[in-house]
Order: sequence, then structure tokens, then C-alpha cells
Amino acid sequence: MARQRTARASWKSFSILPGFGLTLGCTLVYTSVLVLIPLAALFLRSSSLGWEGLWREVSTPRALAAYELSLGASLVAALVNALFGFVVAWVLVRYRFPGRRLLDALIDLPFALPTAVSGIALTTLLAPQGWIGRWLVPLGIQVSFTRLGIVIALVFIGLPFVVRTLQPALEELPQALEEAAATLGAGRWHTFRRVIFPALLPALLTGFAMSFARAIGEYGSVVFIAGNMPMKTEIVPLLTIIQLEGYDYAGATALGATMLVLSFVLLLAINLLQLWGRRRAATGH
Amino acid sequence: MAGPAPGRTAAQRSGAAHDAARALQSAALSEPAWVRRTLIGVAVLFLALLLLAPLALVFIQAFSRGWQAYLDALADSDALDAMRLTVVAAAISVPINTVFGLVAAWALGKFEFRGRSLLITVIDLPFAVSPVVAGLIFVLVFGAQGWFGPWLIEHDLRVIFAVPGIVLATLFVTFPFVARELIPIMEAQGTSEEEAARLMGASGLQIFRRVTLPSVGWGLAYGIILCNARAMGEFGAVSVVSGHVRGMTNTLPLHVEILYNEYEFAAAFAVASLLTLLALMTLVLKTLVEWRAARAGR
Repeated sequence: MARQRTARASWKSFSILPGFGLTLGCTLVYTSVLVLIPLAALFLRSSSLGWEGLWREVSTPRALAAYELSLGASLVAALVNALFGFVVAWVLVRYRFPGRRLLDALIDLPFALPTAVSGIALTTLLAPQGWIGRWLVPLGIQVSFTRLGIVIALVFIGLPFVVRTLQPALEELPQALEEAAATLGAGRWHTFRRVIFPALLPALLTGFAMSFARAIGEYGSVVFIAGNMPMKTEIVPLLTIIQLEGYDYAGATALGATMLVLSFVLLLAINLLQLWGRRRAATGH
Repeated sequence: MAGPAPGRTAAQRSGAAHDAARALQSAALSEPAWVRRTLIGVAVLFLALLLLAPLALVFIQAFSRGWQAYLDALADSDALDAMRLTVVAAAISVPINTVFGLVAAWALGKFEFRGRSLLITVIDLPFAVSPVVAGLIFVLVFGAQGWFGPWLIEHDLRVIFAVPGIVLATLFVTFPFVARELIPIMEAQGTSEEEAARLMGASGLQIFRRVTLPSVGWGLAYGIILCNARAMGEFGAVSVVSGHVRGMTNTLPLHVEILYNEYEFAAAFAVASLLTLLALMTLVLKTLVEWRAARAGR
């Protein structure tokens, strides 16, 4: 049986189950029509601009300011999420306290809540008269229509990525590892720094990258709190829409294509990080 | 916790020594009480401010003008039209993507072939793409300046700024949900049961209906729930293709945006509260499905 399989040297392993050709064919056709061809349209459109035209569109001062803001705010938000997401995941997995299950279920709220709803709720909450905003005004902190507001919205939508990637990694962490460290006389902080944290690093980086990737493309939860002033608080997805609505197809295409390339690069990075994590788990460090 | 190691049986026999050993072990394997309390405090405060506060705010703002204003905002004809369109878009895209998810999971979860992991990555693409880009690509294909634009105008068909565009954008953003839930489950379950059924003479459809489908039930339910939540809540992609024609191409999230931008805050939050209820129901169902799956797995 095994010899037959290798002898045929086909691109597919032998199986007696039916329906492979049909289901794979349907999958390929549907994926091509709905996803690949439309995405290809974006690349073909931007290639018709030529490198020079593409560069002209993405290097206008307004576009550059938008890129700087989108990348910077997403990076800060992802860092905040990595820190607090780690604490939240740790507390939810390791400790028992009243309300833990409720909080655990709520972690997915940013996934489930439509982004427009998150956007108006956060904006109202952080407005100068809002529940939280009114405590920040005396401190001289303004959130609405500033970059800080954008970062907070991006922290909101990115949090589940870090927590949900870390939780399983924390649960699967073999206890023997910590026991061994303790037996060898390591203090708790030492054990955490030298044993636990390195083992969780792939998951933490994966969650960080996912949160960053999501933040760069985010639109709905940001536009309400951002105020959308050109050069100041205008993110790339919003600028893309503004150009599209102004019938500036070349500009929108160029911005969309660069965002798409960035998503591909981040997707690749996330896949590599996950592979690294699995390898480390398999070899038992 | 793991059972006591064989070496500790001596300590176990003597109760006091065992207790002392346990206390020592837990001190070495856990943090001091003040660290634990601080961490719990930080996590709870962070989640309360970031997640609970916006959630509570939606409902309090929705009822800020009283019950009557709340009901009026929901019974408004534009709101009703928006609800109808949201339900239609979900009713078309969720079943299509569910069938696709099942088909794709059969091909990718039960067979081993070259290019398989590449195809899985491609199926995940709509998750990685910005919602704005998702809308943009359909404008580039079907819009007035797009590939099929002139042909569509000639035949008096509208896709962009019309319902078909909204359905297309919704199909795109909800594309991976069911498939990505099912592929790992089908892969983990292997093919031995299906092969046994095949050897006993069952047809492909019989195997699928009697053997495979019952065993992926919870994963399928999970995927459909998430797919539906996204279909009804999508904002960015739908915003790009809709054109915001009131009563025609407005979904519920778009209606929330319009009301909010017109300073109709109570009405905006009233409509938003419907979407929030949907999100909460999704979370409850998701939690239930996870508990059931964990119990079934045991």
C-alpha cells in the first residue's frame, strides 16, 4: 500500500474517499471568483499606474502623514495590547476569582461588536463630558479627535488577538518545567523570566503581529473618535475612502495596493511565528 | 494539577510532612499574594474600562430619552429598511459561505495534496485584508470605472451603490469563517471512520451526512454563529460599496453612522443597542458551544 503510493509519485496522497476532485474544484472556483480575481483587479489597476505613478500617489504629503499615523498608532496599540493582554491572559488562566468566567467570555466582545458601534461608544465614553473623558480633562488629557483616541480604539479592537493566542499557550505550558526550575532553587521571578516568558514568546509575538495587522486596516471603530483632520488624524483606510468618493481612483488604488501588500507581509510573518511556536512546542524547548 | 510524583510517596504517608511539602510547592510555583492581587486588579480594571464601560454606555444612551423615543427610533421607516437589508445580506451570504466551508473542509481536511497549506492561507486572506480594501476591490471590478462597469451600465444593471454590491462585500468578509473552523476539526478527526463507511459500501453523500457531519456539529455551529455576527455587523467594506442611499442601500451599521453624524445620539444608540444585543447573543452562544465541545471532548 505504502509502496504503491510512493510509486505513483502523484501530487496527492492515495485515498479511497470520494469527492476530492469535485470539492477541490468547487473550492478553487469560488475562492478565485470571490477573492483572488477581485484582489488581482487591485494589483492590475495599480500596475497600470506604473512605478512612477504609484510612487507619486503614495508620496503626497497627505498620504505620507496618513501612513505615519496608521503605522505609528497601530504599533503603539499593539505594544499596549502585548503588555495588558499578557497580564489579562495570565490572570484568566492562572488565578481563580469571582467574575473570571464572565470576563473571559467578554474578551471576544471586540470581535463580535460591529465596529461602528464600538466607534460611537468609545467616542461618547471619552468625550470631554463622557464617563471617562471628564476625569481626563482636569489632567489636561484630550482623547477625542487626537492620536491618543485613535490608539485607544485600536487597543480595543486588537486586545482579543493577544489574549486568545496566549491563553492556549499558557494552558499547555508543562508544569514540570516550572517545578524543575523551583526544585533547582530558582525564585518565582527568576522562573518567570528565564523559563515561562521564553516559552510564551512565540505566542506573544504572534498575538502582537495579529493585533498590529488588524489595527492597520481598521476603519469603523477609529473614524468616529479620530476627528479625521487631514495631515493630523487621518488614517490610511479613511484617506482611501475619501479619494474613492472624490473619484480619485488612481490615489485610492495606490493606497489600497500598498495596504494589501502590507497585509500579505504581516500574514507571512504571522504564519512563520506560528510555525516557530509549534516547532518549539514539539521539541519541548 | 498533576498527581504527586512517585518520589513523594514517603512524604504522603505522613500527613504533616505532606502538608508542609504542599505549602512549599505552592509557594515556589505561584506568586506572592500581593502580586496576585495586583495583577487581578490591573486586569479587571483594564477590562472594565475598555470592554464593560462601552457596553453599558450603549444601553444607557439608548434609553436616555425614555422607552418611547427608543421604540420610535427602532420603528422609524429608515431603520426598518436598514434591518431588512441587513437580514437579507446575512440570509444570502451565511448559507453560501456555510456550504463553501463544508465543501472546502472536505477537500482540505480529509485529503493530503501538494499546495494544500497555500490554499488554506488563501482562504484566510479576507481576514487579513482591510475592510476598506475589501470594498475597494469590488468597486474596481464592478464600479462605473471598473472592469465590468461599461457592460453593466449598458445593460442597466447596478452592483455598486446597490444591494448586489453589499451582498458581495458581505460574502467576501465572511468568506473564511466556517471553512477555517471546520478544516482543523476534520483534519484532527482523520479519515478512518469515513474509510470504514466507504468499505461497507456507503456513497460519498451518505458518508458525509451520516459520519462526517454529526462529528463536526459544534464546530459548524460555531463557525455559522461567527459568520452571521460579522455579516450583520460589517461596516467598512459595506460602507465603501453602499453609496449610503437611505431606505435603499443602508444596513444597520450604516444607519447608526448616519444617525450619529446627524447628532441623533439617542436614536443612534437605540439602533446600536440592537447590534450590541446580537453581539452579546453571539458571545453567549459561542461560550455555550465551547462548553459543550469541551464536555464532548472529555
